[in-house]
Amino acid sequence: MSADSYNQARPSISQQARRRWVSRIVTALMGLSALLVMTPLFLVLYFLIREGASALDWHFFTQLPKPTGEVGGGMANAIVGTLVLLGMAAAIGVPIGVMGGVYLAEYGGERTNDVIRFTADVLNGIPSIVWGMVVYAMLVVPFKTFSAYAGGVALGLMMVPMVMRTTEEVMLLVPQSYREAGLALGIARWKIITVIVIRTAMRGIVTGVLIALARVAGETAPLLFTALGNNFWSHNLSEPISALPLQIFSYAISPYDDWHRQAWAGALVLMLLILVTNLVVRMLSRGRPQS
Amino acid sequence: MDPLGRPRSPASQAARGSRWADRNFYLLALLAALTILGLIALVGWELYRGCHLALAKFGPAFLANSSWDPVSDVYGALPFIFGTLVSSLIALIIAVPLGVATALFLTEMAPQAIRQPVITVIEMLAAVPSVIFGLWGIFVLIPWLRDHLFPWLHSTLGFLPFFSGPIYGVSMLAGGIIVAIMILPIITSVSREIIRSVPNLQREAAYALGSTHWEVIRIAVLSYAHRGIFGAAVLGLGRALGETMAVTMVIGNRPEISASLFAPGYTLASVIANEFTEATSDLYLSALFELGLVLLGITLIVNVIAQLMLRTFSGSSTGKT
Repeated sequence: MSADSYNQARPSISQQARRRWVSRIVTALMGLSALLVMTPLFLVLYFLIREGASALDWHFFTQLPKPTGEVGGGMANAIVGTLVLLGMAAAIGVPIGVMGGVYLAEYGGERTNDVIRFTADVLNGIPSIVWGMVVYAMLVVPFKTFSAYAGGVALGLMMVPMVMRTTEEVMLLVPQSYREAGLALGIARWKIITVIVIRTAMRGIVTGVLIALARVAGETAPLLFTALGNNFWSHNLSEPISALPLQIFSYAISPYDDWHRQAWAGALVLMLLILVTNLVVRMLSRGRPQS
Repeated sequence: MDPLGRPRSPASQAARGSRWADRNFYLLALLAALTILGLIALVGWELYRGCHLALAKFGPAFLANSSWDPVSDVYGALPFIFGTLVSSLIALIIAVPLGVATALFLTEMAPQAIRQPVITVIEMLAAVPSVIFGLWGIFVLIPWLRDHLFPWLHSTLGFLPFFSGPIYGVSMLAGGIIVAIMILPIITSVSREIIRSVPNLQREAAYALGSTHWEVIRIAVLSYAHRGIFGAAVLGLGRALGETMAVTMVIGNRPEISASLFAPGYTLASVIANEFTEATSDLYLSALFELGLVLLGITLIVNVIAQLMLRTFSGSSTGKT
């Protein structure tokens, strides 16, 4: 075989070099996109701290919003409002979600489970503003008033599919032998589930609930026409109530500089609340196999 | 005494009690699981009930009418459908390549020490509330776009109709960019799951043929996972379509159909957010409900497609955030 035909059969050196270069360039581009994807988080956090920290003081946590034009005031009512709404959302979302998860993990047949899981995943994708409209039609129109109840229900309903899916997942991680041991001892099924399975999976369930809470804590759209917002303390759950995201939104689109500062401060507080929850989640799920 | 006349032993009493408790516990669990099906029916029903006035008055022409004029009670959905689709499309064009590339970087290239921190950062990005992105969008992103990126696009690509016309800052393009940032985490994490499920044998076979790193990714990984990655993109589209607060704050909120991406737009979700509490007439409110129904319809279809694609790909659920 002559040298010529040998060279034709093999890719030339320059072709190989080109392939290597293409590979290097593409690899570098992928690293670059990873950097680019992370940039917005750092930018958002940087501006939250730069703009928000200066506006954050004791009054912010203790005072009500000041009327238009007056400088100062705080978001005490919005902070409390967010906590109240989250409490109500948890009261609705956690029992239904956890029990639904119990059904999926412990009782349901394959067909029913598939349908329910599928529906839950699709529900998770419904825009949050739609939940606001639904609860408006369901609770605001008949009772003729915006209310904290309506806001709590909107957030609670959003939590149901999220909590259900995570609960099911962690309950399925509990080894079958635990249940069999319980059955062998003649323990009733519901006791096996509550005392053995749920207890073993407790950390995972709590993690799922916290993630769901952190997600709805920042929701504005479902509250716009349910909880509505309130510049004063709400003494009654059937009155409109303020929430941090609502307050941030209305201040952000207002024309006043002082309100913009307050919006940044509110956003910083909300972000901290969510980040701390996420940290707790991380600590709770440490030691479990990483997904 | 039981029906057979035997004395009731404490043991059998306990057994009966626990059987009763067992059944009720089961029924409770079943009820909770069925709530999910009830919820989806509730959502559809309430929206349908809310918009029957507009449905009766405008019929299917509602979807094709491009004027939205509450003062003379004329309502059409077209500008909002247009805005929703265009802003989501921009978001996908930006987010899909970036998200998939990042997912590939994380699974195929990044050393262990970098991998976890990057994943954590992306998860944190997913946790940032929409309203905070909106706030940041108004005061940081929009001024930067208005003063730097948009003029540059205008001068380099201004011959295209998309990048011509006056620059305000708030615009369809700004809305698309902010949505892109918000759907990046879900596209990245779902694609990462998909890519991780590609069997290593595929990669090894490609390496054995003397492929470079990129060729392995292209031949062994992407051709195997492209269906699932498409599913991830569709899932991202579902999120993009329904994104409300951040978009409302940067898109300019003007119901117009314009070729220029620098022009303000309006989406289905943002018009509902802005005008719902101000809807003065019943027909106005009803028209907004119909917009909600349209939004629900589009997102349901997109989500069902995404879930089906992801399910057939991996056989497991990857559709959650």
